[in-house]
Amino acid sequence: MEELALKIDHISKEYRLGMIGGATLKGEIQSKLARLMHKEDPNLKIGETAHDKNERFLALDDVSFEVKKGEALGIIGHNGAGKSTLLKLICRVTAPTKGNIYMNGRITSMLEVGTGFHPELTGRENVYLNGAILGMNKAEIDKKFDEIVEFSEVGQFIDTPVKRYSSGMRVKLGFSVASHLDSEIMIMDEVLAVGDVNFQNKCIEQMKKVASENGRTILYVSHNMATVKALCDRCVVLSHGKVVFDGNTEEAISVYMQNKDYENAVYFDTSNDKRAKKCRCTHTVQSVEYPAMQSNHFSYGDKFPFRVTYKNEESTQSDTLKMKMVINVIDMSPVGVVFCGELEHDESINTADFVFDTSYLVPGKYTADIILYDEDLSGNVMFYDRVNGIRFDVEHSDDSIKLKHWFKDWGHAVLPCVKPAGGEEK
Amino acid sequence: MEEQKWTAVVRSEHKLFDVDVKGLKDCKDLIILLVRRTFVAKYKQTVLGPLWAIIQPFMTTIVYTIIFGSIAGLGAEGVPNFIFFLSGNIVWQLFASTLNDNSGTFINNAGTFSKVYYPRLVAPITSALSQFITFFIQFAFMLIFLVYYSVRGMGVHPNLYILMTPLILIQLAALGMGFGIIISSLTTKYRDLNMLVGFGVSLWSYASPVAYDMFSRSSLASKEPIYYLYMCNPVTPIINVFRYAFLGTGEIDWMFYAISWVTTLIVLFIGVLLFGRVEKTFLDTV
Repeated sequence: MEELALKIDHISKEYRLGMIGGATLKGEIQSKLARLMHKEDPNLKIGETAHDKNERFLALDDVSFEVKKGEALGIIGHNGAGKSTLLKLICRVTAPTKGNIYMNGRITSMLEVGTGFHPELTGRENVYLNGAILGMNKAEIDKKFDEIVEFSEVGQFIDTPVKRYSSGMRVKLGFSVASHLDSEIMIMDEVLAVGDVNFQNKCIEQMKKVASENGRTILYVSHNMATVKALCDRCVVLSHGKVVFDGNTEEAISVYMQNKDYENAVYFDTSNDKRAKKCRCTHTVQSVEYPAMQSNHFSYGDKFPFRVTYKNEESTQSDTLKMKMVINVIDMSPVGVVFCGELEHDESINTADFVFDTSYLVPGKYTADIILYDEDLSGNVMFYDRVNGIRFDVEHSDDSIKLKHWFKDWGHAVLPCVKPAGGEEK
Repeated sequence: MEEQKWTAVVRSEHKLFDVDVKGLKDCKDLIILLVRRTFVAKYKQTVLGPLWAIIQPFMTTIVYTIIFGSIAGLGAEGVPNFIFFLSGNIVWQLFASTLNDNSGTFINNAGTFSKVYYPRLVAPITSALSQFITFFIQFAFMLIFLVYYSVRGMGVHPNLYILMTPLILIQLAALGMGFGIIISSLTTKYRDLNMLVGFGVSLWSYASPVAYDMFSRSSLASKEPIYYLYMCNPVTPIINVFRYAFLGTGEIDWMFYAISWVTTLIVLFIGVLLFGRVEKTFLDTV
């Protein structure tokens, strides 16, 4: 059995939402007394139960995983997925509501570098202090002191009070101390988002070195997938407090980007997608496909076919059914809307074929949202259905020469040409 | 299968008395550095530096000497007012500042505590030790006067009870720290108690023989019920022992001194217990 460095065993962490307890000590005592005497809580509003008042939020929900010694584990997930809570529990800053965490070896967290820096003290004093707070003893710091100062690039100012440092210098010094610790498990949370580019690269190198040479275990949390890829052998993806994926980094990143299945798909099954509340769902998009295509990568200037299959409830014969598409860049910023006209819906399942002209889109990665709707003469819209995330890529071709040097702030749409008046028609 | 060894386990359920003693021992260097930090940072960018540690009790004592000594006549008979009040003052200050400083442990350290784990008891211990440094400066200052007064034969009689000094100081610090961490544990959720601490401590000083001598006049010395009530204040017997040892004034009531110790230990125990409970999750409520 390989030696484990860390074992997270069915961890849950619960927070109470809203005000913590009553607003005052008096209120709290009243509520407690009432509960003891099985009376109604005088501080509850009418119709409210105690449960409403103490609504709870599970930041982490039954999370379990193991980390082997010497492994570099990435933890990724969207904001609010529970990453930071998990790290806080691991470095013992706060306690879990349920479950245990077992660790083997000293843990250093770099949740925020420069923790405990005292502005009045000099860099030198702060290196010792910070080192000690992070768990080193004086002899260890003595041994590493020169190395730390050299790495931090602030050697010249080491005897100046830290309050006179620039924020960059502070961060550099903080990182140097933390990264020179001898602890067996290191936890890093977005620390690399600071410092200049050179220093960031230096940090990654240092972390790689630390992770590989000494067989240390690293837990790394970041939104920067490039650094996650560079550092981690394995990733855990968290979503809404649960582990949704645990495995190799590449796959984890694509799960995180939520395009795992759709990366090169020519068929999108949308029948089970979650629908927004306002959709009536009397007409629903069942699938979207690019018929006879090998991939969803299209050359600029191509016209690619796509087919929408949609289901119609009975007794909707009299509806008019229209379709439009919202085209988004992969980062979800919208490009524009394409109107697709009226659809037939004489059977329970219909298909409609379309052709999309890519010459209006700058080469890049896109997703389309398909909307079934109807509108009356005064423009009131009723939504039947909306499915999101139909992926396609537009790639450079000979026709896209004029778009080679496209600036980011030009948007993503190529609008029809405007020619001098009196010139040719086309 | 080989049994996996763990160096630390974080559990969701707590034991009643949950103190990380082993971790605390490893933090010796950290405590030293933190005490140093507190002391150095306190007097940074002051011209007089640690002299301020003396100026503060010196001024207070002068005021006491004039108001309580000369005007109200509350000093001890046969002992110079100045050293009588000075001794009470610095002993009381050690207790009061330890209590005050510790009562904000969680709130003041929330920043660091939310980022790194080290045994949380390091903070109150550090704070108590830092107060000692200030105290020793003041104590040295008092000794100068003591020597002066004894050489001049002005009514001070230091005696062998001086050997009890370490015991007295440890007790004062433990008592202050005990009360302090009880307050800090209770104030993570409701800050009400914090409002009380500031003036509560100064009121407390009037319930202790700091600015007056309890033996020379009042009914306090006459073993009436009010005397017993008064002596239950755990600080009173400590100040009495201290004054008896260094100035040779007043008397030592050993029974109440023992009670004072018992109180100290109970308070400290409750403090550590509460602290241990709160430290786990206080970040969610602070």
